[in-house]
Amino acid sequence: MKTLAVYLMAMPDTPELVEAAVEAGADIIELGFPFSDPLADGPVIRRAGERALAAGMRTKRCLEVLAETHARVSVPLIPMTYASIFDAYGWERLEADARAAGATSFIVPDLPADIRPELRRVQLVAPTSTDARLKLAATATDGWLYLVTVTGTTGARAELAPSLAPLAERARAVTDVPLYAGFGISTPEHARSAAELVDGIAVGSRAVEAAEEGPAELARFVGSLRAALDSVA
Amino acid sequence: MSVSQTFGVYGGRYVPETLIPALDELESAWASLREDESFHAELHHLLTTYAGRPTPLTRVERFAPDQRMYLKREDLMHTGAHKINNAVGQALIAQRLGKRRIIAETGAGQHGVATATVCARFGLECIVYMGSEDIRRQAPNVERMNLLGAEVRPVEFGTRTLKEATSEAIRDWIANVDTTYYLIGSCVGPAPYPEIVRELQRVIGREAREQILQIEGRLPETVVACVGGGSNAIGMFYDFIPDEEVRLIGVEAAGAASLGTGRAGVLHGARSSLLADEDGQIMDAHSISAGLDYPGVGPEHAHLRDTHRAEYLPCTDDEALAAFHRLCATEGIVPALESSHALARALDCGDDLVVVCLSGRGDKDLAEVLAR
Repeated sequence: MKTLAVYLMAMPDTPELVEAAVEAGADIIELGFPFSDPLADGPVIRRAGERALAAGMRTKRCLEVLAETHARVSVPLIPMTYASIFDAYGWERLEADARAAGATSFIVPDLPADIRPELRRVQLVAPTSTDARLKLAATATDGWLYLVTVTGTTGARAELAPSLAPLAERARAVTDVPLYAGFGISTPEHARSAAELVDGIAVGSRAVEAAEEGPAELARFVGSLRAALDSVA
Repeated sequence: MSVSQTFGVYGGRYVPETLIPALDELESAWASLREDESFHAELHHLLTTYAGRPTPLTRVERFAPDQRMYLKREDLMHTGAHKINNAVGQALIAQRLGKRRIIAETGAGQHGVATATVCARFGLECIVYMGSEDIRRQAPNVERMNLLGAEVRPVEFGTRTLKEATSEAIRDWIANVDTTYYLIGSCVGPAPYPEIVRELQRVIGREAREQILQIEGRLPETVVACVGGGSNAIGMFYDFIPDEEVRLIGVEAAGAASLGTGRAGVLHGARSSLLADEDGQIMDAHSISAGLDYPGVGPEHAHLRDTHRAEYLPCTDDEALAAFHRLCATEGIVPALESSHALARALDCGDDLVVVCLSGRGDKDLAEVLAR
């Protein structure tokens, strides 16, 4: 069974959306805490972040939404945000408060594995990562390793990046932790192709767009990914 | 000596993993180039035969009749500002790395013009990210970049100024890191950039220190430079840092005082002092001078502030404008609005022997000044 991680930007209606996504087959929820200058994100998530900030989704409010979400679903909830948010709130304090609100781990895309290793988090590796860095990230990571499929920022692509296959192969050679691929995976076809190579996928930008249409559209989209993953043995 | 990763609690590499191997590659190349005599010889040759070094030190008796004030004339450099020191040096690094596609960010357009210039000189592809608001404010520099063969890509979101232009340049680098060299314009960004830019701008202070010793037979009481990202200031200050009796004053735009009113945070790959709110969200900067209109600052300046080796003072738009007009009228020198901030604080710093970095010329600012 392949794992499906779905990214949603924290908003007041996120708990309801997460419930719909989980019912439709999401196994893990990545919850974006918006940041004004998200370097790793393409236009869809950047704009979602701008809307979230305009709606008052500051760190404390994001933690409330996290707790409200945790009350509704039992899947792992992983805040995904940037170093500046941790630095301002206090690294240890945000880790503690988020875990108290239901976070099971963290993803910090502008925090490479060698910076602040004491924050237990899901580490990201990229097609440009050397084998030494793959090992470093795999050793440090919390539960699974996030394979960035593309050399680029988040956002839908027409095709699944050809760089995923060699990256997955190199990662397999250095670690036994589950490998989930993300960045640029947006369709059931991508999901199926990626699932041939790795243990799971993460879908962000396209899920954020579907969520903007409401819980029903999000559930339909997540369900299509679930079916695609389940078609892979 | 290893390449500096941090400056006290500031600096570092807060970037996506995708860029780390490229930063490692750059750091390793830089560690050998900075000890490489052939690199320094080539850089020196270009700076002296192409870019206009050394620049003179000019006494300004009419501008500052009650002081012995000297200006370090970076405004006389090719392309009109100190930015070319850095652009020439980094273009040489890009060549040694075999990268033929150059990207840069620009605010006022001075760094974009300097980058477009060296790319034309070396036959490199050049793409400059610039906020659409800055494109509007600095139209002549956009035309210059186009003339030099660069492609200026407008950035249409957020503040539409230097902050977003820098973010977009970094996103481009993430997507094209295999082929592309990011020629950053100030002493900001992930390590090793702050050290590279400082070392390439150090020539300003090295020359100024030798020149003032030759003219006056002693060190200045005070050295003054404007601070946006802080590249002319770090270059001006650095060789004076061991001279503990020399007072170092960095001058920020009052509406963009990342050091004076900022707090610690992370932006564009480094931890530094920033204009950020209590949640770590980056705030908008405001300055009449596009080159100072940036909510961050180089991490080494934050460290110099915390260790009290340098002090950082604010200057309002009106004070900068007054200094601008005064230098024009008394000395026949049209300063950049950025440098005018340093001039204003140099006049009222209370010291006698003062050296000011005149980081650029003000032709680009005429429309902004005349509109007032």
